[in-house]
Amino acid sequence: MPLQGTRRTLGDVTIVDFSGKITLGEGSAMLRNTVRELVNSGSKKILLSLYDVDYIDSSGIGELVSAYTTVKNASGELKLLHLTKRVHDILQITRLFTVFDVQSDENNAIRSFK
Amino acid sequence: MAAKTQRIEVMLETLLESVDLAESISMRVAEAAGFPEEEVHKIGMAVREGVINAYNYGNQQDRQKKIMMTVELQPDNMIVRVLDQGKGFELTEIPDPLAEENLLRTSGRGLFLMRAFMDDFRVERGPEGGAHLIMVKKLPQPVSDNGKHKPE
Repeated sequence: MPLQGTRRTLGDVTIVDFSGKITLGEGSAMLRNTVRELVNSGSKKILLSLYDVDYIDSSGIGELVSAYTTVKNASGELKLLHLTKRVHDILQITRLFTVFDVQSDENNAIRSFK
Repeated sequence: MAAKTQRIEVMLETLLESVDLAESISMRVAEAAGFPEEEVHKIGMAVREGVINAYNYGNQQDRQKKIMMTVELQPDNMIVRVLDQGKGFELTEIPDPLAEENLLRTSGRGLFLMRAFMDDFRVERGPEGGAHLIMVKKLPQPVSDNGKHKPE
């Protein structure tokens, strides 16, 4: 299934609920464009919910890292929420758990933004 | 367990669609070989990364070039080979994606994933100089009708 993202806002936090695959091609491009649009529109607190993302490849991982640095360079914060087991495992073996703030509860995630 | 070697050869175009196709073929073979679902997923992903490597870095997305994939079921192993028409590379030249200074790199994790998901992974130089990726996964132990592993 191609990647789809639905945006919602809670206070000053923008949440994007993604579903589908973050893989080379459309999925990676969709993630990149979504994060760039949010940053360009001034969003500083971005929460990517990956509850429905069951597949990510190296291109998708690279895009998540790129999203993280894009938001950070704009003095913002990007966090991840609700990882599926497969995405969780990939972030673990690639040591990206040491980079990303990964949350499992939406309310706590929202409160964790500075 | 396969009694003798079975082999599928596929000539892939240097197209994005070939990545999905290669993954799909390898997953079907892995399923047929009796791998459990999670291992089928890992094999498919490793092959996906191999073909992404050939598409992006080996053939540099040049549509004139081809990617040759071979999937082989030997009595004890499933072996997938991916050969591109690029310039080849040495594994020692590739930065370690787990090193602290490389964690924020946006590329360079494909080879790591292939190695992580397969039992053996190596890179050789193809006959025309391209990269020849060789991925090996041990076949699951055969299971008898009563669900117990058969003795060797």
